[in-house]
Amino acid sequence: MNNIGKPNLEIFAETLLGQAKVNKNILVVTSDSRGSGKLVNFGKELPDQIIEVGIAEQNLVGISAGLSAGGKKVFGVSPASFLTARSIEQIKNDVCYSNQPVVLVGISAGISYGQLGSTHHSIHDFASLRTFNNISIVAPADNLEASEVIKASVGYEKPLYIRYGKKPMMNIHSPKTNFQIGKAITVSKGEDITLVSTGETVQRAVLAGDILKTKGINPNIISMHTIKPFDKDIFIKMAKKSKVLISIEEHSIYGGLGEQCANIIAQNKINLDFKILGIPDEYIVNGSQADVLDYYNMSPEKIAALSAQMLG
Amino acid sequence: MIINQKLLEKKSLEYRKTIIKIIYNSRAGHTGGSLSCIDILNVLYNCILEITPNNFATFERNNYIHSKGHSVEALYTILCGLGFFKKEDLDTLNAFNSHFIGHPTRKVLGVEHNTGALGHGLSVAVGLSLAKKKDKSKKKVFALLGDGELTEGSVWEACTSASKYQLDNLIVIVDRNHLQITGKTEDINPIEPLDEKFKSFGFDVKFVNGNNISELLEIFQKVPFTAGKPSVIIANTIKGCGVSFIENEISWHHKVPTDEEYKKAIKELDEKLNKYE
Repeated sequence: MNNIGKPNLEIFAETLLGQAKVNKNILVVTSDSRGSGKLVNFGKELPDQIIEVGIAEQNLVGISAGLSAGGKKVFGVSPASFLTARSIEQIKNDVCYSNQPVVLVGISAGISYGQLGSTHHSIHDFASLRTFNNISIVAPADNLEASEVIKASVGYEKPLYIRYGKKPMMNIHSPKTNFQIGKAITVSKGEDITLVSTGETVQRAVLAGDILKTKGINPNIISMHTIKPFDKDIFIKMAKKSKVLISIEEHSIYGGLGEQCANIIAQNKINLDFKILGIPDEYIVNGSQADVLDYYNMSPEKIAALSAQMLG
Repeated sequence: MIINQKLLEKKSLEYRKTIIKIIYNSRAGHTGGSLSCIDILNVLYNCILEITPNNFATFERNNYIHSKGHSVEALYTILCGLGFFKKEDLDTLNAFNSHFIGHPTRKVLGVEHNTGALGHGLSVAVGLSLAKKKDKSKKKVFALLGDGELTEGSVWEACTSASKYQLDNLIVIVDRNHLQITGKTEDINPIEPLDEKFKSFGFDVKFVNGNNISELLEIFQKVPFTAGKPSVIIANTIKGCGVSFIENEISWHHKVPTDEEYKKAIKELDEKLNKYE
């Protein structure tokens, strides 16, 4: 039943190549990351549209900002862990503060690198980038979102950060689903309980929903692909008609989707039972992305069990 | 375009008066560094760059990145002189809600890039130079870096790309005034031999007296020094240049003149100006 698609990273690379073939103003900047970014074909087919800076993420972001100032549409592609930590000041000043509409693509994001350990994880990227004025943050859930956000990013006039994972993703949306940066997608409508997630954990929410349906519980499921600007309207609407709300994210429980939800719930007189699922503040357990997410209570079974328990 | 050396020298003195005045009035600013780099900006903006309020929004022009962003008073003073904004606007420097922030900001017309955190400008200049190469433009990109700034590792990351992409349209100028906020650059964390460092990173390097209009005029006519290579001009300057009691004094990195010091500085500059009348 569940239709498994390709890794979102591959969809990103295919879509960007397609866009860049017809738009010579598009340039890609990589930091020895074209293999990880699935951009080897891009480099072969459009060698004049790829700039390689070597392992130098600060330089990657600075050069991207400069190219943008020179009128180019730039995609700076580097592992999310390094891009959003090593070069955070370049993102803050040269991209956000200087208002250069660079697209920063964080590859192998979250805990995609699994066993490679904390140096390679990016469970801080939402939290750190959310505090910067002027940047939008997107975590695509499935192949449709992964592709649509790239198409939307070409004409996007503000700084934009997009994070991608490596594993094949379940196709969640129908091909006709409307995708807009800043507009959450309601995956399914239900009653009493809302599961809100972003990026690669959305499929876990969907699978948890399948389990709940066998027990006669129909959850609302929201793909909150855009972390910033946050779609408050749809969130408040769903939260207000729910008794239970669970947020699920491949990110620290600090400063990401969950805390954004808590903020809105607290400031809008919304009375419900709410839980944040994410990576707790501890030395992260070693394992694959799937194993780690399961361990931290984000397996479909555990999400379903928590939902049922909270509903009482 | 001005090529009259005497006129430029006179302008430098007038710019110095403005720098002292706006720092004195706003009660904040980077006095020493603004005075050390003002002659470089004078020659660049009045003779070389051809950046005007009319062509500023276009891509087919030269670019200037003020990477040593703390010396913003020099940049605002030059831009004001070129008619990017009114003198009254400049007088709002550092005031509440003014666009004239204490580091370069694109809120001010004529400022190319927001700087202030050091070690950022060169990568941005490399990006601009690459964009010009892609567009087959003959225009150039100039970036001014402080010498204290050169201990930022990101500067050298940028150098590797400038060299790799043979950016002979990139001209880096180092304001080599030998001082930074805590003391002498060579005491804090030595950066010499600077010319050898840049050469080993693939640049062609020349020295100039960065407070000498005639030498600056000459060197900027010669760039790029070598086809296929980025250029570095190490401009030996005096921090606080032009006002005797500010020159080479570490404390004047961001000291604001007292009433007495203000009068004394203006008097000194006026006396020099009188010689040009």
